[in-house]
Amino acid sequence: MSSLAARTSFVPSTRRDVPAVEVRNLRKEFRRRDRRAGRFARRRMPALAGLTFTIGRGECVAILGQNGSGKSTLVRLLSTLLINDAGEARIFGHDAFRDTRAIRQLVNRVSVEASFFKKMSASENLSYAARFYGLGPSKTRTAVPEILERVGFPAERRHESMENLSRGMQQKVALARALLTSPVLLLLDEPTTGLDPRSKLEVQNFIRDVRATHDATILLCTHDMAEAEALADRVGLLDRGELLFLEPVADVKRRYGVATLEEAFFAATGRVFEEEHSEDDEFREVFG
Amino acid sequence: MTAIGATLRQELIGLGGIVERNVYLTKRYFLWDLAFMVWTIANTLTIVFIARAVHLSPARENELATKLLVGAVIWAFLGIIFEFVTETVAWERWEGTIEYTFMAPVSRTMHLFGMGAYAVLYGLVRATILFFAVAAFIGIHLPHANFGAALALLGVASISFIGIGMMTSVLPLVSPEKGAQLGFVAQGMMLAVSGVYYPVTVMPGWMQAIAKISPATYALRGDRASVVSGAGLAWGDVWPLLVIAVLAIPLGLAIFRVGERYAKKHGKLKRSG
Repeated sequence: MSSLAARTSFVPSTRRDVPAVEVRNLRKEFRRRDRRAGRFARRRMPALAGLTFTIGRGECVAILGQNGSGKSTLVRLLSTLLINDAGEARIFGHDAFRDTRAIRQLVNRVSVEASFFKKMSASENLSYAARFYGLGPSKTRTAVPEILERVGFPAERRHESMENLSRGMQQKVALARALLTSPVLLLLDEPTTGLDPRSKLEVQNFIRDVRATHDATILLCTHDMAEAEALADRVGLLDRGELLFLEPVADVKRRYGVATLEEAFFAATGRVFEEEHSEDDEFREVFG
Repeated sequence: MTAIGATLRQELIGLGGIVERNVYLTKRYFLWDLAFMVWTIANTLTIVFIARAVHLSPARENELATKLLVGAVIWAFLGIIFEFVTETVAWERWEGTIEYTFMAPVSRTMHLFGMGAYAVLYGLVRATILFFAVAAFIGIHLPHANFGAALALLGVASISFIGIGMMTSVLPLVSPEKGAQLGFVAQGMMLAVSGVYYPVTVMPGWMQAIAKISPATYALRGDRASVVSGAGLAWGDVWPLLVIAVLAIPLGLAIFRVGERYAKKHGKLKRSG
């Protein structure tokens, strides 16, 4: 991995004596229009209600939660796209809301939407993304084909517009984009949602491969319990902005005396995991 | 390499990346660009032909046609710069890349300057094609034209326009849809008060007052003088442009910073579509 994207830019220190991610009482709320209370009335919608957890260096932690549970809000806060209302978040000791330049050097993400310039090719999109991290043309000329090959992207389609690629292919390019910049913290927000079973398996295998070969810490947010169980060292459950637990799967099952994570969710919340969520949950999903 | 040197290097590579990306997009949307170019040439012809319809002496007709052409070309050039910088956020939002760009370790200054740099290059190519295509079609004679001075003044005006574009580029960040609409309104208003096809003196007093703070006013006045009479770079046109640039760039960056903070506080830094 390191040979793929050896950056010459200034990369901030990642102290070994501090956790990769340290979140303390992190709060975020959004305001939404409340027509029932008046034309201009707004009400506060908590998206994260005082989250506290740590992730060790090199660990893979999965945060499970339904749509609107606050997973994407958490990822956006850690990737400097949102400002917190209270609490703190530190990444390798750097304040995520003050020392944003350092954080941006250390973090990259893969989200549920591949998010590319659709008319540009995979190679062009990757080169463009790499420039922001200090990778010049001489570096990307070799690094881009290498990383695309590594994620299993066919070489003959490198110069095709993204709009002509399947969702699975686009997601592979998204993974390549994240890894091209050698992040020490990789935020994966529903990376396999909407993929066909084969593409899903390929992406999951690649995440395993990255863990095995690269000194990266991974935060995986997903609503796929099997995926969380298969990939993560510890699994957390985020429900309506609150973290109900974060521990190894075996401990979760033991704690609730259940055989599956679905049953653990029911035991912890009194609700079935995939049941319909409320209008407020939907709002949190849209804005978070 | 020192930390400062490495950061500067990364910033410049990032700026180059923005320019490079826009080159890719221009290549991919080439047919749209061609169609837009033909439309602009046709539109400019409809304006410049007015000079033929007013029955002046050949010399006066040539002068009027040149003045109208310079107005149309500068409108097109500065309009492109303004539009590119103003739509920095709107494009990213539409393509869905906004979150990746805004979480990347490159400063907003370089991001916006990258957009401005490409807009100047792209606008210059278009303006050159437009100018010579229409001049050749109408048969305009330019025996005294000082193109060097005209280009230099356009260069100075571009900096001011990038600064003003930075101020309006924050609008789509704060309000995704209404912001983009307001950007268009601002662009139209600024060019309307700047004497594109007429001297600013024919406008009402309040419009003339606004014209004084529009960089287009000085670019149009100076470029007309250079292309029609061969005048050199006039300090009277340069200094107001420099003053506007010196004020507009830091102000534009500061406004953008405030807007970005607001968007991050309220969860508006998101893709649409």
